[in-house]
Amino acid sequence: MAKNFRSLGEDVWKTRIERINLEFFVFTYGSLVVQLIKDFEDFDSVNKQLDKIGYNMGVRLIDDFLARTHIKSPTCRDFKAVAEILAKVGFKMYLNIVPTVLSSDNSKCVLQIDDNPFDLNVELSPEMIAGGLWYSNFYCGLIRGALEMVQLSVNVTFLSDVLRGDDTTSLQIDLLKVIDEQVPEGDE
Amino acid sequence: MSSGRNSGLTTDSKLARKAATPSSLEKNINRKRGGEVSLNSFAFLFSEIILYSQNRVLGIQDLEQKLGEIGYRVGIRVYELTMLRERVIKRETRVINVLLYINSVVWKFLFGKPADSLEKSTENKDEYMITDNEPLLSKFISVPKEMASFSPCSFVAGIVEAILDSCQCPARVTAHTVPVDGKPHRTVILMKIDKSVLAREERLDTSK
Repeated sequence: MAKNFRSLGEDVWKTRIERINLEFFVFTYGSLVVQLIKDFEDFDSVNKQLDKIGYNMGVRLIDDFLARTHIKSPTCRDFKAVAEILAKVGFKMYLNIVPTVLSSDNSKCVLQIDDNPFDLNVELSPEMIAGGLWYSNFYCGLIRGALEMVQLSVNVTFLSDVLRGDDTTSLQIDLLKVIDEQVPEGDE
Repeated sequence: MSSGRNSGLTTDSKLARKAATPSSLEKNINRKRGGEVSLNSFAFLFSEIILYSQNRVLGIQDLEQKLGEIGYRVGIRVYELTMLRERVIKRETRVINVLLYINSVVWKFLFGKPADSLEKSTENKDEYMITDNEPLLSKFISVPKEMASFSPCSFVAGIVEAILDSCQCPARVTAHTVPVDGKPHRTVILMKIDKSVLAREERLDTSK
């Protein structure tokens, strides 16, 4: 099954995706982060705002994702499969990278993002590192938002970031609960 | 390149290790050349940038200015990168050359195609216009009626302004949506060149 996800990701990326210059995209994200740092006093708020921006994106991105990949719910039998799809199809089709899924079980997983595109030409100042800025924190909100829309309540946190002097960039996804599907009132 | 980074240096302090890794300036500028991401990712990000900016301003003009500000920082970097890659290590001094550079090289870098036209205004001699019939940025954006004067391409105007500034041709740059039949998003980037630049142009013309 794992192989299928990889080829599905490749296939979608090659045939169904319009593209834009990576560097332009990365510069734009960087400029947004600079704007947030200017607008907010502390890096904690910047992290929060990035998370919020990611969340808003994720909530809408999932529709686009499902429409393009035609993945149906039985494919996501368990959380392990969800993690595989996230890494091999999701990341592939939106950012053209495939993070490595480390240690996944049915309640949590760790994604290691090698070659995070957002790191391109970015260096953090010592104040930013000391202040606790997670430069790519919008990933957290994005994954949380997208999975919430498919009934999975998760918590996403960064474990390490190359920009902060760590060896790798990785984040952890904890499954909190599967949200019950509720039929809206008055809807038969 | 990366193999040299990992060999030899092992230290407990993260900051020390960070200092030991090559800085961005030492990396090859062509490393990610031609890299691509999904246009949708960009569209989602851009829509969030607009939303975020909109929540922090009062009017349409402020919003356009704020977008321009974010674009400005992108422009500085785009200019440096494209200039280095073009291997033209000289600064353009003539306005027309700078404009041609934006029209072709920069547009191609940003949107994968040159802009549709570059014109000089017939009414005002300090005004130039770059037209894009289908701006990539506006593709997924529908501007509500009550904000009809807003152009999402103010972001691009910011980029252009940064490049003109970098070339010592300061100008006031604005974006205007000017639809024509079949091209609802057609956008004109209007550049009003600073007086000092025009005076310099005249001097250069006569000294030739």
